[in-house]
Amino acid sequence: MTEQTTYLQLFTIFSRVGLFTLGGGYAMVPLMEKEVVTDKQWLGHEEFMDILAVAQATPGLFALNMASHIGNKLKGVRGGIVASMGVALPSIIIILLIAMFFHAFKGNIYIEKIFRGVRPAVVALIAAPCFSMAKSARINRRNLWIPVVSCLLIAAFGVSPIWIILAAGVGGFIYGRITSHHNEEHPIR
Amino acid sequence: MIFLKLFIVFSKIGIFNFGGGYAMLSLIQNEVVEKNHWLTNAEFTDIVAISQTTPGPIGINCATYTGYTSVINEGYPAWSAILGAVLASLSILWLPFILMLTISKFLLKHHNSYIVQSVFRVMRPAIVGLIAAAALLLMSEENFSSWDESPFAFIVSILIFCFAFVGTRLYKIHPILMIILCGIAGLLIY
Repeated sequence: MTEQTTYLQLFTIFSRVGLFTLGGGYAMVPLMEKEVVTDKQWLGHEEFMDILAVAQATPGLFALNMASHIGNKLKGVRGGIVASMGVALPSIIIILLIAMFFHAFKGNIYIEKIFRGVRPAVVALIAAPCFSMAKSARINRRNLWIPVVSCLLIAAFGVSPIWIILAAGVGGFIYGRITSHHNEEHPIR
Repeated sequence: MIFLKLFIVFSKIGIFNFGGGYAMLSLIQNEVVEKNHWLTNAEFTDIVAISQTTPGPIGINCATYTGYTSVINEGYPAWSAILGAVLASLSILWLPFILMLTISKFLLKHHNSYIVQSVFRVMRPAIVGLIAAAALLLMSEENFSSWDESPFAFIVSILIFCFAFVGTRLYKIHPILMIILCGIAGLLIY
């Protein structure tokens, strides 16, 4: 797969993600997962979640961080640049056009109508992959508390997702350290 | 020199931004409106509204537009404002890009180590909670309207939500197609 990937492909896929991400941030997750994991199979489901966690905990924009990593994985540093530019370029061009020619865009009634239809759909697109992700994350009775507590802390108590990821990372690190000498000869997977 | 200042300010915003687009908006507001007075608060509010209703990462949209308007407001011609827009967007990207690339190289090298795997083994379930929380938080009046505001819009929103949920989950409709379909639905229904 990796051998056949061209810079043009990388750019096209990521610009498609950039172009159809409405609402920013997490709205990009289902699109990128569909394009990059399900269709192109550039990464597995688990790896996609891993990089999602890392991208979230790293400064900068989520979508761009993910693009940098995926591009780098497939085609090295230049691949990272191409993928990031793919995500960013539609934005830059569209905003420039609006700034230069369509300043009236803001109050446009048709845009508003389209958005009233799109917004609930975006929420559904974000919610839908939770179940397949739960499977990839191997959520079982023993670790079910992790997503539940994370979700509660963020949604009900306003804790920043970054703290959740860092806490999970530290927890995993400590757990790994404690268990590593028992499992040295049986690494996970 | 506005261009040098744009570069410095937006590089700073890029690297100090934890938590994605929405967190970035307040950083941009602070630097561009409060500290440097390139934009008025009203101009910035307009830019945020447009950034939210255009495709792409909100942080990039906002940086592009802010860069453009700041240069215009400083009295430069429109062609150099294009430069300002591109400069602001790229300035926001480059430091996180280098950081992420470093992390990426580390990950690709050590992804199968026991410690890295156990870190991710705990992070993955947390990510599921994170996404669920994002979806819950987005189930807001802003996205769905409300029964009090307009029962019609509220019901339509819920129907669209169910349609999109079932469509992507059971019938594997492509998310891009789904967004286009629901955009057309909005245009026809409202």
